Amino acid sequence: MKHTISMTINGESVTAEVDSRLLLVHFIRENLDLTGTHIGCDTSNCGACTILLNGQSIKSCTYLAVRADGAEITTIEGLSAEGTNHPIQQAFHDQHGLHCGFCTPGMIMRTVDLLKNNPKPTEEEIRWGISGNLCRCTGYNNIVKSVKQAAEEMQKESESV
Amino acid sequence: MFKCKTSPEVGGMGHSVKRKEDARFLHGKGNYVDDVKLPGQLTMVMVRSPYAYAKIKSINKDKALAIPGVLAVITGYDLKEYGLHWMPTLLSDTQMVLPTDTVMHQSQEVCAVIATDRYIAVDGAEAVEVDYEPMKAIVDPYKALDEDAPLLRPDKEGQKDNHIYHWERGDKAKTDEVIAKADVVVKERIYLPRIHVASIETCGCVASYDKDTEKLLVYLTTQAPHAIRTVVALVAGHVGLSEEKIRIIAPDIGGGFGGKVPVYPSYVVAIAATFLIGKPVKWIEDRSENLVNGFARDYHMDCELAATKDGKIQAFKVSTLADHGYTDSSANPSKYPTGMFSICTGSYDYEHAYAELDAVYTNKSPGGVAYRCSFRVTEAVHAIERMVDKLAAEIGKDPAQLRFENFIKKEQFPYSSPLGWSYDSGDYKATLEKAMEMVGYDDYKKEQAEKRAEGKLMGIGICTFTEVVGAGPSKDFDILGIAMFDSAEIRVHPTGKALARFGTKSQGQGHETTYAQILAEELGIPYTDIEIDEGDTDTAPYGLGTYASRSTPTAGAAAAIAARKLRDKGKKIAAHLLEVSEEDIEWEVGKYFVKGAPEKSKTIQDVAFAAYTNIPPGMEPGFEATHYYDPPNLTFPNGAYICVVEVEKETGSIDVKRFVAIDDCGNIINPMIVEGQVHGGLTQGIAPAMYEGIEYDDEGNVLNGTLMDYLVPTAVESPHWETGHTITPSPHHPLGAKGVAESPTVGAPPAIANAIIDALSPLGIKHLDIPITPAKVWEAIQAHS
Amino acid sequence: MIPSNFNYHKATSVKDAIALFQNHGDEAKYMSGGQSLLPMMKLRFATPEHIIDISKIEGLSYIKEDGNLLKIGGLTTQAEMEHSSLIKDNYPIFSDAIKLTADPSVRNVGTIGGNIAHGDAANDQPALMIAMRATIIAEGSDGQKSIPIDDFFHGFYMTALEPSDVLVEIQLPKTKKGSGGAYHKVERKVGDYATSGAAVYLELDDSGVCQEIGIGLTNVSTLPMRLSRGEELLKGKKITEDLIEQVGAFASEDCEPTSDLRGSEAYKRSITNTITQRMIRSALKRAQH
Repeated sequence: MKHTISMTINGESVTAEVDSRLLLVHFIRENLDLTGTHIGCDTSNCGACTILLNGQSIKSCTYLAVRADGAEITTIEGLSAEGTNHPIQQAFHDQHGLHCGFCTPGMIMRTVDLLKNNPKPTEEEIRWGISGNLCRCTGYNNIVKSVKQAAEEMQKESESV
Repeated sequence: MFKCKTSPEVGGMGHSVKRKEDARFLHGKGNYVDDVKLPGQLTMVMVRSPYAYAKIKSINKDKALAIPGVLAVITGYDLKEYGLHWMPTLLSDTQMVLPTDTVMHQSQEVCAVIATDRYIAVDGAEAVEVDYEPMKAIVDPYKALDEDAPLLRPDKEGQKDNHIYHWERGDKAKTDEVIAKADVVVKERIYLPRIHVASIETCGCVASYDKDTEKLLVYLTTQAPHAIRTVVALVAGHVGLSEEKIRIIAPDIGGGFGGKVPVYPSYVVAIAATFLIGKPVKWIEDRSENLVNGFARDYHMDCELAATKDGKIQAFKVSTLADHGYTDSSANPSKYPTGMFSICTGSYDYEHAYAELDAVYTNKSPGGVAYRCSFRVTEAVHAIERMVDKLAAEIGKDPAQLRFENFIKKEQFPYSSPLGWSYDSGDYKATLEKAMEMVGYDDYKKEQAEKRAEGKLMGIGICTFTEVVGAGPSKDFDILGIAMFDSAEIRVHPTGKALARFGTKSQGQGHETTYAQILAEELGIPYTDIEIDEGDTDTAPYGLGTYASRSTPTAGAAAAIAARKLRDKGKKIAAHLLEVSEEDIEWEVGKYFVKGAPEKSKTIQDVAFAAYTNIPPGMEPGFEATHYYDPPNLTFPNGAYICVVEVEKETGSIDVKRFVAIDDCGNIINPMIVEGQVHGGLTQGIAPAMYEGIEYDDEGNVLNGTLMDYLVPTAVESPHWETGHTITPSPHHPLGAKGVAESPTVGAPPAIANAIIDALSPLGIKHLDIPITPAKVWEAIQAHS
Repeated sequence: MIPSNFNYHKATSVKDAIALFQNHGDEAKYMSGGQSLLPMMKLRFATPEHIIDISKIEGLSYIKEDGNLLKIGGLTTQAEMEHSSLIKDNYPIFSDAIKLTADPSVRNVGTIGGNIAHGDAANDQPALMIAMRATIIAEGSDGQKSIPIDDFFHGFYMTALEPSDVLVEIQLPKTKKGSGGAYHKVERKVGDYATSGAAVYLELDDSGVCQEIGIGLTNVSTLPMRLSRGEELLKGKKITEDLIEQVGAFASEDCEPTSDLRGSEAYKRSITNTITQRMIRSALKRAQH
């Protein structure tokens, strides 16, 4: 059964015809060629597929594309203008919060939502806040430092406004 | 301590420069195998056996082929026509690509469905009808050698039982004699269960054969692209795939840790499929397929450690039963079927040791070394470090004190270990002292005494390990015959920037930065001006890949030596430019100058330009150098790790309060990257120590084959790691560097196990196998009350 | 990883959902958050032919106090509960449970109603519902119905809901002076299902006597379980340490855990004892504030 869906992805309007069962992560990766969002498991545990849907982090592997009709979606590719770094991206770079990079887009998009709800998280709150995103490379220490730096930077930015 | 020779701008050794490769990953522009899309690409999905051991009575493809979009169903019979249904393993055993009559482990590949897209391929896989006749599987390796055990490998000529090989090292008679006479002997059977590396990116490939050009291109999740190319040429050469026409590209790899070294059957099927169909074929495994294919550990080790009554170690004996699954496809160097296991004598000075191992077949997935194990060093160190703690507990001596009294001393290096290794360098005393100072060992000992008086369970665990990495010297180390050297090829452009390629392949280790830093150190060209490339067999020099912490010891050395060749050539050019003789030229990072007249100088950039524009007469133009490095020895990093835990008696729950890791990996290229590697390895160390273990039932069914039940640590389970270093350079490595990334997976599990067991020791508990879970602790407490 | 084929229908109202359901009969299933259902479909453990998406129905997502009740709309997400100041300040038992449920991204989509309607004793919310003696309001082809929680859970993945019923509201006692609740579950790692979980809700009168008590247990029985014996012991009394220990013992005796990857039966019984006691103490502490 095919459905016509329309949504905004990274600021652009997109209309497509999709099967009922098409997973949102496949729609993003295959139909839209936005391969920055990754697939790392089949049971909703790893978080590599995390994107923002209507401003909230969701696991796009456990979401039907049809259900995303009318939604506003941001993937890693849309987080910052080309050639620039969002403070979270900058922080991950500064604090060595990535090794192989596979979990990184999901981790970063999750961090956007985490900081939106909790702009000054403690270490413990950060660890619980990213508990749905697995990393096998970094041992998490530097991811925590990255989120802390991002929080500080974004606080500064919002205070200076 | 290490003092940087270069400025931060040049970014040579010792500088924590930010990584050059980050940009694409931060912006979702990495190019992983599943991101590859070739025109006309088809998708392959595997049909897998639900049974651990079964005859295949029939495979009916009809319903699958009737689904629009399903193009082919490939079985073992189809491959048999081309002689491709079996393939050799890296240790000269054989492995099924696809079965013709028997499946040997749950989730084994049975046949492949090729379709126009993944969704249809999955439907097709479900529609294939396979009629199995299940048989009684061998799951317990101790039963594999029973009289009435079925012969699992009747296909192997001369195979009469399920015994694969016997291995031994050391003097058995002498060791037994010393043990028999010793004051104190501690014994234990230590079991390290199967685990799976579960890198966040699973395995996969896009194989594309062009029938016109007869060229095969394979994008592959591999840590060793050249070795794969040669293996493919050897395995499939008879059907016309010739090595110069095979190109393997390892693009960005989402974590390897050893899991992306093997040649998995699905790769071969995908290659066969594209060869037959002439269109690109993509295969990407699901996580639940990934977790039950390949493994690490699965060693049952009977250990005996003998000492004087004061705790001076005299002998160590280990007899191991190794469960290899249904074939030996362990990715070890060919002369080392048990990897570097004979390093099990550890960091201690004594004479007598004997290690033996019997490997058996069972109805489980094959593999063996795929989880950051440094070729079985994880097993070896776990054995000795648990036994050393057992000895300490037995004689009532502090475990740190016992270690100090037994350590190999700094002056004794190079040290010949009882089982034949020549340890290059180390200062074990200093490393442990630093760890004790950093954690505050004496304070914790006091606190422990107080808590014990209150009936609370608090434990302190130590692990002091010697690692062995950097395989390896060609006389001893080869993979399927190919010597384990590695390579670097440097090309400096006229404008003084450089491109360097290597035979290794980073899966997150940061080679694009660290190799550039080595070259910056040697040439004085800023690391930001040096592009690093790996992974394309058409362009990269031949190498054996990245695993077992070998890149820095081998390719890193190659980089240094190639750079020095360039420097030497540069010296001649500089002399030509400065109109002096070569003997009058001196070098200071990035600059050649005239002895005694330093204002007369030429930069390396000047020299590079001249190599293209103002070539000394008789000299070959260009500014390039290549080196294939055959290491003279392995390198021997070491470490001292200390873990402090509290255990709640009522529930068995375990709280890791502190974990300090002091590593000695010789000279450090990038402290930030090394620290990151240690963090990552420590989390992959607490994982098997407390969370991970593949569980089977009696029928060979895997009970925890998804991430719901295979417990990969999140940021909550992973403690806040504390790290530090001592530095004892390797005397034989051009940079004094040793390799580090597997030290933490080697050192952490014993430290954590020792801590938990120490916490439980007042209750009379003397040993627990990992993973030590709260449930396991609770059961042990009940059993001892 | 790929669900089998199905037809997708988006319901615009509860009436619309019920009509769609009746049209497609046996092979239809509702999807609210889908965070339990879709994973089962991806592994092909569930293969419904029709999915009726009720997640877009307006007006079913709310958290409000009305009279002496706390009313939660069936489509309220776990995240909405987590971030609600009303819940955080006055109903900390929910904060306890939600923090331990799945992970933040799954909670952004998963609904409280879905967590209950799924009929899984491993989910966390059922124990809270039992402890707080919730009433489940559903709408079906036969009109609106009000189901007391003790009539709600029938079996493994089976509830009192008819196939075409939509869970529209959950009603719970409004917090008052002397009321307090707490939840904890032991898990192998963050985001796991419970090895054992205990929810306790109680109300003390002005003299500190326990007038209302509800104890619900997670994942230690086929159905979400009420610890009736424990409740009977405490009701009408001042809760002492001695009584708490007895209730803990009841919990370990009366639950029916099975040995599995999370631990042996004996271990689970012991854990159930421990956390039931701890949650009584936590609920008491909160009630006394």
